[in-house]
Amino acid sequence: MPAIIYILIPFLPLAGFVLLGLFGKKYFKSASGWIGTLLMLVSFILAVYVAYDYFSATSIFPRNVPVKYTWLVFSENISIDMGILQDPISMMMIVVVTFISLMVHIYSLGYMKGEERYPTYYSFLSLFTFSMLGLVLASNLFQTYIFWELVGVSSFLLIGYYYDKPSAVAAAKKAFIVTRFADLGFLIGILVIANTSDTLDYNTLIATLTSTGSEQASSAAASTFLGASALTWGTALIFIGGAGKSAMFPLHIWLPDAMEGPTPVSALIHAATMVVAGVYLVARLFPIFSINTPAVLDIVGWVGAISAVFAAIIACTQTDIKRILAYSTMSQIGYMMFALGVAGYGGESGLGYTASMFHLFTHAMFKALLFLGAGVVIHYVHSNDMKDMGGLRKKMPVTHITFLIACLAIAGIPPFAGFFSKEEILLAAYNGNTIIYWIALITSGLTAFYMFRLYFSIFWNKPYQADHHSGHKSEGGWIMLFPLLVLALGAAGSGFIPFGKYINTDGIPLESHFHLQFSILPVALGLAGIFMAMWLYKKQNNRPEKLAASLNGFYKAAYHKFYIDEIYLFVTKKIIFNLIGRPAAWFDKNVVDGLVNLAGNTTTAVSESIKKLQSGRIQQYAIYFLFGAIGLAILFIYIWK
Amino acid sequence: MQPGLYHILFISTALFFIGVYGFLTRKNLVTMLMSIELVLNSVNLNFIAFNKYLWPHKMDGLFFTLFIIAIAAAEAAVAIAIIINLYRSHNSINVENAEELKY
Repeated sequence: MPAIIYILIPFLPLAGFVLLGLFGKKYFKSASGWIGTLLMLVSFILAVYVAYDYFSATSIFPRNVPVKYTWLVFSENISIDMGILQDPISMMMIVVVTFISLMVHIYSLGYMKGEERYPTYYSFLSLFTFSMLGLVLASNLFQTYIFWELVGVSSFLLIGYYYDKPSAVAAAKKAFIVTRFADLGFLIGILVIANTSDTLDYNTLIATLTSTGSEQASSAAASTFLGASALTWGTALIFIGGAGKSAMFPLHIWLPDAMEGPTPVSALIHAATMVVAGVYLVARLFPIFSINTPAVLDIVGWVGAISAVFAAIIACTQTDIKRILAYSTMSQIGYMMFALGVAGYGGESGLGYTASMFHLFTHAMFKALLFLGAGVVIHYVHSNDMKDMGGLRKKMPVTHITFLIACLAIAGIPPFAGFFSKEEILLAAYNGNTIIYWIALITSGLTAFYMFRLYFSIFWNKPYQADHHSGHKSEGGWIMLFPLLVLALGAAGSGFIPFGKYINTDGIPLESHFHLQFSILPVALGLAGIFMAMWLYKKQNNRPEKLAASLNGFYKAAYHKFYIDEIYLFVTKKIIFNLIGRPAAWFDKNVVDGLVNLAGNTTTAVSESIKKLQSGRIQQYAIYFLFGAIGLAILFIYIWK
Repeated sequence: MQPGLYHILFISTALFFIGVYGFLTRKNLVTMLMSIELVLNSVNLNFIAFNKYLWPHKMDGLFFTLFIIAIAAAEAAVAIAIIINLYRSHNSINVENAEELKY
């Protein structure tokens, strides 16, 4: 296949970004959405073609690098290349990214219609898609990092899209700073890895580090710092970067706030694609994590499990529908993370890896669907708050059905997509780590509960009261409903894809087993969650309040997101600002500025005191001159002979 | 008695200091200009005297003197122009009234 096809996949969105960003506002304001969508469509078709070609060619999937351009060479082995890496997960990801992006592009044609900065919005979307594709296709660790930052920037731009809203600006800054902070870890990790393994190229990196007895692997394991090997530090630091991007506890605080952006953006960036970049990164380096640093993989597992249950508990108490979805995203990414964490390398023990990627795929479908559905609802009622909704099932039947499908999918009810992927994750956890398995089981019950709490509160509960200021009363037209229907198909059907055949740790196809007795417990818990939510929220009643009151302290803590934001504020405002910021400011104001002021003041004082010399009397000057000349004459004649 | 180098140097030094004294004490700008001419002429005398007594075969000193005379003429023209302008604006050629030129 010609290389140009690979290159075109990320570069078509880039062309869209440049075109719309530079000329959109002036020349084709109303057509910009269609231009962006069209480019995206071509990119999607190419991606599917490439992926189909790759997966259908053989049954063993090699790691190819069809495109490679050496960009910056540091030493003989270390160089920053721009390349395209072709392996099962990157091929799966380009399909997911282009597909969700295409759906969001189409959806935004309706959702963002009439916005002032419509072309800008589409150019940012295209920039994001380009960066994300570059990230997943990267063949070099540093290339990943470059695109990693680029997706961060596009996320920042899109969260702050409504830049006249102070909360959106604050959220954009928060997202950028928190992820940037984590990315510092990533960068240091890259440097450590580059230093110990003497390469940045993924293929060489994995090959040298994982082959037993290689020089780099043994030297990396030998050099230790604070009791852990250099490689352990490297992978742990890289995981910090991944945890920041994927909103893992305790770096998750930016994700709920990021919901200030337009809803389609949340669907694309903060649900389906960008936030799974951390999972993708760990999966990309999985052989190293698994073979060289199993301790770090344990951390990955625990962080994922804690994030999953933590976010699920918070999600049960929130009332902003987008925030519920944000916490749900965090929880599901936690699933993907701990699935990687409990996985081993090779054969059956690699099930967690397959399951994680499988869940990433199905999650992209149903979470994008949930967000887009929520967008339709928000468009309709002009509010994010669950309390303003209720009884919408007859007003918006298409949204209702698709939302229900997505909820069933995420709750893990067969035969929807989430059931299959979650089942594999639970199986992997059961084989890998029993405590994590139980956490995951509880979380899956909670997931079903909060998703159906959301569903019943939006579509059932009290009858909908039309308020006066919402004029248009339609679901948003076919252009917004079409992506919902397509994604609903994905959410319902994508579970039947035999993922283990394509994506596995060692290239040997993995048969997905189906254990009936094993699935009973999670499904039963999911159903229990659904019935619980139904009992509490289907009709308006006072049971939720009673329940909340009986759980008083715990409910309050969960409602306030376990005060994590407050802890961060305390640490930054009270400790860092006072102990580091203020002394630094004092030093700057007094010492640094003081030196500059001293120079200025001295000059002023000196000139003030000798100002009188310039009297304007020529004869006075002449006297000074005369005595000066005499003085010099004496000096030269008698002293310095 | 033939006048020697020292005689002439004596005259030239006297002339120089008379000029300096005049420049420092006179308030009238024209008189000050005349004092400067005295200083210049004392220099001229020096050049000629040294040329004649030390290097009689050369003419460098003479040329210097000619140059200085030419420059002095030019300088006098410029100075007179300045003085006339000052007189027009201040109605005086007293050097003390020119103090504000420092601004």
